[in-house]
Amino acid sequence: MTDSSHPSISAASTGASSLLAAEAVGFSYRGGMPALTDVSLAVQAGRNVALVGESGAGKSTLLRLLLGLAQPTTGTITFGGRPLTRGRLREYRRSVQAVFQDPYSSLDPRHKIGRIVAEPLRGLGLGADPARVAQALDAVGLPADTAGRYPHEFSGGQRQRIAIARAIVCDPKVLLADEPVSALDLTTRVRIVDLLASLCAERDLTIMLVSHDLGVVAELCRHTAVLEHGRLVEQGDTSQVLGAPSHPYTRKLLASVPRLTN
Amino acid sequence: MALLSVSGLTVRSGGTTLVDDVSFTVGQGDRVGLIGESGSGKSLTALAVTGLLPPGLTATGEVRLDGVDMIGAPERQRTAVRGPVAAIVFQEPLTALNPLMRAGRQIAEPLRRVRGLRGAALREAVHAALREVLLDDTDRIARSYPHQLSGGQRQRVAIAMAIACRPRLLIADEPTTALDVTVQAEILDLLDRLATAHGTALVFITHDLPVAARVIHDTHVMRNGRIVESGPISSLIAAPEHPYTRTLVDSARRFDAALERTARD
Repeated sequence: MTDSSHPSISAASTGASSLLAAEAVGFSYRGGMPALTDVSLAVQAGRNVALVGESGAGKSTLLRLLLGLAQPTTGTITFGGRPLTRGRLREYRRSVQAVFQDPYSSLDPRHKIGRIVAEPLRGLGLGADPARVAQALDAVGLPADTAGRYPHEFSGGQRQRIAIARAIVCDPKVLLADEPVSALDLTTRVRIVDLLASLCAERDLTIMLVSHDLGVVAELCRHTAVLEHGRLVEQGDTSQVLGAPSHPYTRKLLASVPRLTN
Repeated sequence: MALLSVSGLTVRSGGTTLVDDVSFTVGQGDRVGLIGESGSGKSLTALAVTGLLPPGLTATGEVRLDGVDMIGAPERQRTAVRGPVAAIVFQEPLTALNPLMRAGRQIAEPLRRVRGLRGAALREAVHAALREVLLDDTDRIARSYPHQLSGGQRQRVAIAMAIACRPRLLIADEPTTALDVTVQAEILDLLDRLATAHGTALVFITHDLPVAARVIHDTHVMRNGRIVESGPISSLIAAPEHPYTRTLVDSARRFDAALERTARD
């Protein structure tokens, strides 16, 4: 089943009520095949969205477009119901922050944690207020003395907490999380997923999660979109998409998930 | 005699103990899992078992691989059992494969060295190895450099290299962690099928309990360099005794349960 055969979802997913949306977006790298074709996906307040797919499906490309790091070839990225233009990037950066997969490469090893976490505040000209940094570190469950230490002193899970603190320090509305727990051990993964869920509940924050881990998706997101070869093959309520998948690719993904109980 | 017996294995780096008094055995055709998270010592155990510890690390205790003392024996004897007796598949096939050598030549290398094949027989053995790991387009794959292959194809080539000499023991260290979930399922099926077809013993190293449950039977849970619990994986999952094993099982169940809820809603 294609995206267009879910008219109710498509209609509801775009439009003015969304925080952030891709509307009929297409993208081709120069001289290449289309990386994305006719992708419509919206993030609505309080409704975490998962973007599911495998290597080469176009997840990272879509994320680049949503972050304003590249312009779609066709279609529009909207923010608060209006097209994202260069003039609005500043306001946009304050509202949309990102967390990436590898907590080892995403933190500058030469800087103390306090400076790393304050980076969005400085970039946005909000002033690197140590109180806000301390509050962000506290929100992710790290002690206040973390600010004076360096990234190498922390484990993978702690580094991912630091990356999350940096993302939430300017009180964004949307957190784009690209495989935020894939590089972590299973027990650490549980704790970071719990942290993300509690941040959503407490801070008026909505997550768009890019993940291939369907268990994490089911735990964290109410809406799920499945991307294959640059096209959305299925999207809707997570309970529907993962509970009663209609597209063969979604069924194949689900069947591939290793589980304890067979 | 067990194919592999490890007794009191301890690995140190200077004054730090990284693997602490680890003992286990692997018999012909066994499926053994070493389960643990970062820093548990599971990968170092595999390297110590095959005599491949990096410089600066020292092993004590006893490791016998097909009767050869892998800690005390001269390098020549230890090298002689790698390939014909035991082979390793690593997590990241890009680091295991030579980026400057075509896949076919890399698979040919152990066949030439260990089985003494040459010419047409060697060529046929390379293609047979590629077919064995279900890579059908054998001509193209054999001529490809690693960067021209997908992650799944690279891991299949690495497995083809490892099993080319029909080792009696295959050690797989997180062989699917870097792969997409559908490719992971295919590689697990492949390892399962190959081990069954040739009676190969499997030592499977992973942090991912559900992945382990798909291919192994006997399990040793490692933490901070020690084995904290051992037993059949079905019993460990059904009734974990050590608190750490319980945490691992509970973590895996969290995501299982979330998926099952979507099916019920």
